[in-house]
Amino acid sequence: MDDKFDVIIVGAGLAGSAAALKLAQAGLEVVLVERGPYPGSKNLSGGVLYGRILNDLVPNYWEEAPIERYITNERVVFMTEQASFNIDFKNQAFKEAPYNAISVLRGKFDRWLGEKAEEAGAMLVPGIKVDEVIVENGRAVGIMAGDEEMRSDVVILADGTNSFLAEQLGLRKKFEHSHMAVGVKELIGLPRETIEDRFNLTGDSGVAYGIVGYATQGVAGGGFLYTNKETISIGLVMHLDELIETGKKPSEMMEEFLANSLIEPLIRGGKMLEYGAHMVPEGGLAMTPQLVMDGLLIAGDAAGLSINNGFVVRGMDLALSTGISAAEAVLAAKKKEDFSAAGLGIYRQLIDDSFVMKDMKTYAGAPSFMKTERLYEAYPEMLVNLMTKIYTHNGQPKEHMVPIAMKSLKESGISLFQVAGDGLKGARSL
Amino acid sequence: MNHMSVPEKLSINKYELDDGHPHIEVHTEICNTICKTKACLFVCPANVYSEQEGKIVADWAGCLECGTCRAACPTDALQWEYPRGGFGVIYRYG
Ligand SMILES: Cc1cc2nc3c(=O)[nH]c(=O)nc-3n(C[C@H](O)[C@H](O)[C@H](O)COP(=O)(O)OP(=O)(O)OC[C@H]3O[C@@H](n4cnc5c(N)ncnc54)[C@H](O)[C@@H]3O)c2cc1C
Repeated sequence: MDDKFDVIIVGAGLAGSAAALKLAQAGLEVVLVERGPYPGSKNLSGGVLYGRILNDLVPNYWEEAPIERYITNERVVFMTEQASFNIDFKNQAFKEAPYNAISVLRGKFDRWLGEKAEEAGAMLVPGIKVDEVIVENGRAVGIMAGDEEMRSDVVILADGTNSFLAEQLGLRKKFEHSHMAVGVKELIGLPRETIEDRFNLTGDSGVAYGIVGYATQGVAGGGFLYTNKETISIGLVMHLDELIETGKKPSEMMEEFLANSLIEPLIRGGKMLEYGAHMVPEGGLAMTPQLVMDGLLIAGDAAGLSINNGFVVRGMDLALSTGISAAEAVLAAKKKEDFSAAGLGIYRQLIDDSFVMKDMKTYAGAPSFMKTERLYEAYPEMLVNLMTKIYTHNGQPKEHMVPIAMKSLKESGISLFQVAGDGLKGARSL
Repeated sequence: MNHMSVPEKLSINKYELDDGHPHIEVHTEICNTICKTKACLFVCPANVYSEQEGKIVADWAGCLECGTCRAACPTDALQWEYPRGGFGVIYRYG
């Protein structure tokens, strides 16, 4: 058929647009189909992109990409109802391009990357939902949207965390509750100067908070707060199995989080500009679907590739990287004109050799470490208790640090054995 | 910041409403017979689901399209798909 394309990509998120850009640059005929009215209109992240990978894809990206701030200050907060213990890390080296981490808003950022792919020659088709992958003799040969059909040598599924299409094809099973988390986010507008004064920022530098403990009220997960130019991204990520067990409502937990006396001053006077929610695949390697079949590859969240170790959520950089790898695999297959699973098989190798699979393996223990209840209640309590003892001067004679620490530990009800075990588990998984 | 209700929050969002084409269908007879958790009633960040006169109904217009309800539903009662192309929530910021 002459109206057949080289590649059809489903989803103009970061994985899809990265693949489209690479393939179009190599001269292939690429169609990028997106269900939203424009790329990014359906997408939501906390918003810190750890990514020199972006610089590989678009060299000197910072000269043109709609980035909000470059993150120079990472904070980990252990929080109880009334107190918090912070780890505050600043590094001026993070001020240098190509930045270690940048904050982005997907509505703008994905739109830009989609346009880059278009400029390179990809055909972007927004406002179309793909209903089905056409499979003939076990091989993907195109897509159906409504009663329209479109054919190609290869289909790349980059349709995100819910990937209906991967499920339809039987490449992955229905989700297990323990593999999914729900993220809730608000975008809060504040004047630029207020943000810079409040968070001690100069110029376009920014801060990223990872918040563990009372934020999620004992439910595995964490809170985040990231600064943008004139807005703050704030939200919670909560494991679905524990939400179901506890019967807690994400919307109410979010309201309580925003009203918490430690959080409220950070967003005080702000204007709520958007309320969103999105799921995060958090099952780690246990949920990776079959990534390749004849005529088809899966990239990004659709492939279950994201990492959450409680302090950082990462998925955007993995999406970009797997999108690039998918494009490279298609180019290798194109050389041999072999688009079978074997012909595309180098995809798995490329991912295995990239930081994506290396990091997925490094953090393989993170999903189970995140389920350590002590992380959400006992440890924050213990740290806060310890600091409270150190700083409380009430006329009682002070003790040395070590006995105070031991006493706080004892009061927390955690055994030394558990501390050692969790420490080891944490050290292994983080 | 002042407390805001979920409907107030949703009213600030941008939607392209697909009138007459609900993308969520609840087979409430299943919910009423075999569902033990009725998780949709509490896990949905947009509070789309409610129980009215013994039936679970979906106020689908405010859906944020996260899919949490679908992932949480322990039965086949929930038919949840993305809205038709171009419709539904439009994240201006994301
Ligand atoms: C609350 C929250 C906070 C997060 N924070 C961070 C963070 O700080 N840093 C980080 O790196 N990651 C973060 N993540 C993870 C990150 O958002 C994802 O890993 C990333 O968006 C994955 O990109 P993707 O391109 O694979 O999928 P998506 O961005 O989901 O893109 C999928 C695209 O496919 C389209 N689509 C879906 N189905 C169809 C269809 N049938 N037809 C046509 N189009 C379709 C969608 O509209 C969408 O544009 C966070 C996630 C959440 C929910």
